[in-house]
Amino acid sequence: MKRLLILGAGTGGTIMANKMRKELSREEWKITLVDKEKTHYYQPGFLFIPFGYYKKEDVIKPKQNFMPAGVEIIYHNIEKIEAGENKILLENGEVITYDILIIATGTRINPEETPGLQGELWHKKIFDFYTVEGALALSNFFKSWEGGELVINVADNPIKCPVAPLEFAFFADAFFTERGMRDKVSITFVTPLSGAFTKPRASKLLGGLLEEKNINLVTDYFLGEVDNDKQVITDFGGREIKFDCLVSIPLHSGAEVIEKSGLGDDFGFVPADKHTLQSKAHENIFVIGDAGNFPTSKAGSVVHFMADILHENLMCYIEGRQFTGKYDGHSNCFIETGHGKGALIDFNYDTEPLPGFYPLPGIGPLGLLKQSRLNHYGKLFFRWIYWHILLRGKEMPIDTEMTMAGKKLD
Amino acid sequence: MATKTYAGETVNVNEEGYFTEPSQWNKEIAKEIAKEEGIDLNDQHFQVLEMLREKNEAGENLSIRGINKSGVVDVKTFYQLFPGAPLKKATKIAGIPKPASCV
Ligand SMILES: Cc1cc2nc3c(=O)[nH]c(=O)nc-3n(C[C@H](O)[C@H](O)[C@H](O)COP(=O)(O)OP(=O)(O)OC[C@H]3O[C@@H](n4cnc5c(N)ncnc54)[C@H](O)[C@@H]3O)c2cc1C
Repeated sequence: MKRLLILGAGTGGTIMANKMRKELSREEWKITLVDKEKTHYYQPGFLFIPFGYYKKEDVIKPKQNFMPAGVEIIYHNIEKIEAGENKILLENGEVITYDILIIATGTRINPEETPGLQGELWHKKIFDFYTVEGALALSNFFKSWEGGELVINVADNPIKCPVAPLEFAFFADAFFTERGMRDKVSITFVTPLSGAFTKPRASKLLGGLLEEKNINLVTDYFLGEVDNDKQVITDFGGREIKFDCLVSIPLHSGAEVIEKSGLGDDFGFVPADKHTLQSKAHENIFVIGDAGNFPTSKAGSVVHFMADILHENLMCYIEGRQFTGKYDGHSNCFIETGHGKGALIDFNYDTEPLPGFYPLPGIGPLGLLKQSRLNHYGKLFFRWIYWHILLRGKEMPIDTEMTMAGKKLD
Repeated sequence: MATKTYAGETVNVNEEGYFTEPSQWNKEIAKEIAKEEGIDLNDQHFQVLEMLREKNEAGENLSIRGINKSGVVDVKTFYQLFPGAPLKKATKIAGIPKPASCV
């Protein structure tokens, strides 16, 4: 009996277990998943928690719910991957061997890497919203906050879901307006990028929205340290910004086990071929999602598009054929812009987000790169799709490869 | 495609002045670009430039964080060497593409 071993039962690991169990014969292949947590978090929902739009119950479900019959799941921390010997070591000393390994251990935040960030004000006046604990602490804080300087800071890239910090800013504007205290809250968005977003057209749209909503923008800012006494952040060049409430998107890196096993780059992301998703160092190791060093967004939509390609390429590998699946960097995301509206962007390795309609050219119904109510409902509906269709590896009515149909170049 | 002339050599650059062919670079060229940016290059500058060129050659994503891990200089020194927007300036002077910070 051969074994397909999947590390991490988050978005990518769960989808792959579902897809491959349908594909591989149970007599020939055992499928094993390992994760340290029993709870699956719907991470895009973390954004909604600080504003009271979602509660904790809305973003968690038992991982077990998404496991198909015939898949073994083990809940333990993975200590080490010994790629040379095709085996892994769990914290309880158990050893699991594999024929094919999929790494889907995601990314984590490292607030401890920035001096002062996790100081005495951590989760009191300094928050993250990339963990459920951080999002809940911030939700509590906002309930009784009387206003002041709200600073939203991205420490450095890469980060998960690069638009989430902007959406947070738009939500904050809407939230404090609805509470009748927007005049008491000054919002400043502080980013290492040279504009609101990386890609020119999207940056223009999003930068325009910041201005319209009276949100200050500070660019080219790489966070150096946080002073808890003075309540200021300082960048490496010495620029200081005062805050009463700091919402931080800390540095990100790959899972600790990747570093410990010597499989990562400087930040613990696994080097892999950006088209085939095969590890660069070991031919029987494949990588999906946030865990890889792919030059595209670390996002759920990326994981979903990659899963189709990985499924195809795993079959090529098993059957000894040349890889036919080629991931093009396709990513799309709904961007919440506040007050019940949203925008949608769609792009890949080579094409920046363009205006137009999605998924049907000229019809939509979703407008690309512009605000509409429908895009907002698209995002809310996405939670249902995530739990019921996406994680279970079912087909979605959209293409894996990005298409230029429906997009306008100028 | 635009071109520029530095130290008597014609090089290919993009609309922002970043090299499109890193092989066209040499130290004399670097000195002239640096002058445009108001920087007088010393040995430590060159160590950083070489490190950036090596990382670029190896296909690594360049970032401010990566500077610390490189062991050549720390980020504070990097800012002192290339004041203002160090990564943008240093990559321009090193004759490599502007870092495409992740989408
Ligand atoms: C605030 C926020 C908003 C977001 N919004 C969006 C959005 O609107 N659209 C979108 O497309 N994406 C969004 N995302 C991103 C999306 O959630 C992630 O990109 C996606 O879940 C990544 O999937 P993954 O499988 O790569 O990793 P994950 O789903 O994070 O799974 C990794 C798994 O590995 C496990 N693991 C790690 N190390 C170990 C170990 N040593 N031992 C055992 N188990 C281990 C973890 O427990 C985890 O279950 C958002 C993320 C956040 C935080």
